[in-house]
Amino acid sequence: MEYALCLVLIAIGLYGVVVKKNVVKIVISLAIIEYGINVLLVLIGYRSGGCAPILEQGMTAATLAVTGVDPLPQALVLTAIMINLGMLFLMVAICIRLYERYGTFDITEMRRLKG
Amino acid sequence: MSLFAILLVLMIIGAIIAIETTNLLSSIVCVGAVGFLISIAFLFLGAPDLAITQLVVEALCLIVLIRATINRDLTSVTGDREFFGLTVTVAMILVFLVIGVKIFDDFPALGQAVMDRMANTPSSSYLARGAEQTGAKNVITALILGYRNFDALGQVAVIFCAVLGALAILRWPAKKDQKEKDSEADAV
Repeated sequence: MEYALCLVLIAIGLYGVVVKKNVVKIVISLAIIEYGINVLLVLIGYRSGGCAPILEQGMTAATLAVTGVDPLPQALVLTAIMINLGMLFLMVAICIRLYERYGTFDITEMRRLKG
Repeated sequence: MSLFAILLVLMIIGAIIAIETTNLLSSIVCVGAVGFLISIAFLFLGAPDLAITQLVVEALCLIVLIRATINRDLTSVTGDREFFGLTVTVAMILVFLVIGVKIFDDFPALGQAVMDRMANTPSSSYLARGAEQTGAKNVITALILGYRNFDALGQVAVIFCAVLGALAILRWPAKKDQKEKDSEADAV
């Protein structure tokens, strides 16, 4: 059920990207898609009752191998979060530039795509 | 209903409000709420590193998005796309949802990690031998800065390129004004 809810989050983001006309709304929808995918990946690596993959005081590596959650998706999602931050910077810069050029955030008003 | 399902339902509500509200500023605030809920979910999923990163990134996202919209036209852009395109879009998204739910039916249920079902997965060997091989107590650190260090290098390269691109886009009109001045000077 949690997987399906993540997919609903992604679908809401997709709807926003395709249907909305405001550029900032489209950027926000892309951020929502990113959130959905990140949570989905971390959920796949979850182990019920599992602890964080950190070796605590008085804990052996063998216990950690049985109780810890999957560290691989977490490491990859950490990279994905940072890359999405960079992508958001770039998209917001383009939004600011588009607003200065056309005086609106409405993508249907932006007809002259030259220059 | 599990804790994660409740958190995800709250996230979905936040996302719907963020996309459907007419005021851009409240939309940005709702996206911030979704991000902080995800941070809480990461904490309960056993990923404290991710929770901390998500908090920092969320604060930065809020600042950048508010910078994009402050002092600008905050009234909404009303009206939708044409009816046919809208119908096709919603139909395609429904197909995506149905196929996705079908695919995830075959997955092991939540809480049964994939690495328990197979022998010798990378994840289980990282957990069992990460501390011994790299000397890092935190297996995430061992992964990012040890086993998959080139991954981190690529991430830094991507962020560097994104920041360079943003700076290049933002300082573009200054050069253009200079060129216009030059051409005016030429005309005179």
